[in-house]
Amino acid sequence: MAERYSSFRAGSTRWFLQRITAAFLVVTLAFHFYLVHFLHPAPQITFAGSAGRFSVPAYFVTMVLFLAAATFHGVNGVYNALVNQGVEGTPLRAAKWVLGVAGVLLFVQGVRVALAFVGGA
Amino acid sequence: MSQSYDRGLVEDFGRWREFSAGMWAWLFHKFTGWVLIGYLFTHIAVLSSALNGAATYNSTLHGLEGLLVVRILEVGLLAVAVFHILNGVRLLFVDLGVGIGLETQEKSFYASLILTGLIVVASVPVFLEGGL
Repeated sequence: MAERYSSFRAGSTRWFLQRITAAFLVVTLAFHFYLVHFLHPAPQITFAGSAGRFSVPAYFVTMVLFLAAATFHGVNGVYNALVNQGVEGTPLRAAKWVLGVAGVLLFVQGVRVALAFVGGA
Repeated sequence: MSQSYDRGLVEDFGRWREFSAGMWAWLFHKFTGWVLIGYLFTHIAVLSSALNGAATYNSTLHGLEGLLVVRILEVGLLAVAVFHILNGVRLLFVDLGVGIGLETQEKSFYASLILTGLIVVASVPVFLEGGL
């Protein structure tokens, strides 16, 4: 366990971004869980309540950045899990494109949802 | 950019008894990561009901939260998220060269597991409240 077993080559851009998004997600994911499961239990979530939270610019921006970081971290993580499993060549290139497109679609849809809460969708 | 490690066939159940703490940490982090990215797509799909107006959003969320199985699955999601966060913090420290010794890494992995268990158990009442 003392050896370095990371799927990433240390120093690469994707390695660095995975760590940066991880550090950001530690805070935002914990905040998200606290806010919509403990402070406002999920059964009590309403459109009006969500709209109220999203009307605060700092919250809106934080949630969009949260979505961007989570999407990148997840998609990049899956890609590296595939590399880790020995996938290479054309299947890996295909996976890269599928994951990239899926990630962009997920982010765009998430932003549309955020805009719906502030009446902009 | 990335590199591949031959960890053998993880799906070979007989090998699980031979796994070290490091192998379990790697396996749990991968598994929880897969669950979280899968959930993220589902989460945005459910929240997309907001695009059809407040009434659709409210009825969709309240309909789902009215199901006991959904609230139980949410406890599982919390467990997965908390472990991924705590083990992730451990990995960030390891990347920074902190706690890199074998014993320290094993202890911090077990600490992540125990803390996850405590947080999840303490959170069960919050998640399961409400009628069946």
